[in-house]
Amino acid sequence: MNKDAHIVTSFDNDLKTVETLVLEMAGLVEAQVNDCVTCLLKQDLELVESIRASDKRVDQLETEIGDMAIRILVQRQPMAQDLRAVVVALKMVSNLERIGDYAKNVAKRASVVTELTPLGSSNETISRMSEIVQDMIRGVVDSYVARDKDMADHWRHKDEDVDLIHNTLFRELLTYMMENPRNITSCMHLLFIAKNFERMGDHTTNIAEQVHYMVSGALPDDDRAKSDLTSSITVDLDE
Amino acid sequence: MLNNSVESEQKMSEFVKTLDENGPIIQAKGVEVYYGEKQALFGIDIDFQKHQVTSLIGPSGCGKSTFLRCINRMNDLVDIAKVKGQVIIENQDIYSKDVDVVALRAHVGMVFQKPNPFPKSIYDNVAYGPRIHKTVSSKDEMDYVVEHSLKRAGLWEEVKDRLHEQGTGLSGGQQQRLCIARAIAIEPKVILMDEPCSALDPIATAVVEELIDELRERFTIIIVTHSMQQAARVSQKTAFFHLGNLVEHGDTDQIFTNPQDDRTENYITGRIG
Repeated sequence: MNKDAHIVTSFDNDLKTVETLVLEMAGLVEAQVNDCVTCLLKQDLELVESIRASDKRVDQLETEIGDMAIRILVQRQPMAQDLRAVVVALKMVSNLERIGDYAKNVAKRASVVTELTPLGSSNETISRMSEIVQDMIRGVVDSYVARDKDMADHWRHKDEDVDLIHNTLFRELLTYMMENPRNITSCMHLLFIAKNFERMGDHTTNIAEQVHYMVSGALPDDDRAKSDLTSSITVDLDE
Repeated sequence: MLNNSVESEQKMSEFVKTLDENGPIIQAKGVEVYYGEKQALFGIDIDFQKHQVTSLIGPSGCGKSTFLRCINRMNDLVDIAKVKGQVIIENQDIYSKDVDVVALRAHVGMVFQKPNPFPKSIYDNVAYGPRIHKTVSSKDEMDYVVEHSLKRAGLWEEVKDRLHEQGTGLSGGQQQRLCIARAIAIEPKVILMDEPCSALDPIATAVVEELIDELRERFTIIIVTHSMQQAARVSQKTAFFHLGNLVEHGDTDQIFTNPQDDRTENYITGRIG
């Protein structure tokens, strides 16, 4: 992408400010994703409050970036790469905001799940999912800063790993529930938690696609492999 | 039954339109313009399709107005200007020796930056072209042409009760629409517009832009504009000129969201290239 300066310097400053705010927001969301797993695994319930607090700032940033983007559209009537940068920032922040919400939801469930007995390797599996999601968020944000569509594409495909883990966990938790109805409460919460991470992966994928669009002017043309099979998974009682 | 016939009529008109749209109405091939020693345009190759609006954009002095004036041989009026290459309108090279320039300009109308109505009545402004080109034979027919042209230019309702007042007494926006009515009264094939809204306020500009979109049904329009937003709003194709070269020509949507050439990108995003 062309990095020449604008004739109007304040336009450059505006675009830079949007980028800085998006980065601040992405940083907070990434930390939320990290913290929500700590809540869950280390039973650190104080962190839940800190996630709620940071979620307020995330929401605030979403509004702030939205207002700023609208002001730029009105004042500068951006074209080409500038237009794409502003529109993509708007879309990125709603995806980031959703990821933050899912992290908050995981943290809330942590207080219930910590009172229950851990089931098999489910905690480790969730922790692995969260690590991949965090890597993805960091990766796509780096690709946003570097205006690198290949890097964005690379992280976009990582979502397949998240989906695969989600499938496995889904199956595992179904089995636990069938083994003993007492497991159902934990399993339901763990299922929702796993689903939340799966959704975070999807939103991160959206961001990767938007970065690709911002850099090249076109969305990625290959269909991403979709590996989330949970909508059709069944487990036979007689197995 | 009624619905059916309306539908089939619509289908027919769409079919006729696609026939019309096949093949360019204007082809420029290797057009070069010199003002004395100075070369202003370098080998311009571009096609214009029927019933499309094409915007020519670019910084001042890039040659876009010079190119526009090649399409109806307005550069003939500049003593030191010399044009090379071909401009072919419906299979006829307009620079070949046997072309009647007056007849050519009846086919290729022009609207200028500053509204320039003749110091005559509103009626006579519109009737002027049909009179000198003798396209109209009776008073009744002339009345019809004047009314019809003013209606198509969206000016009729505002002036129908004062057709014999001076055209120069109208507001700027009305004057510009009068000039458009004057241009379309002789049923040209092509209308050239050189920054037609740069002297108008936003409301008058909006009215003219709306008009451009309606006129596209019947005419092919080429418009030079300095407003990128206007180009994005009114045209289907956009051509970017820079230092006498045609740098990029393509769908307007693509030029303004994802231009292929860095010079275009720098210009439309306001960057120092």
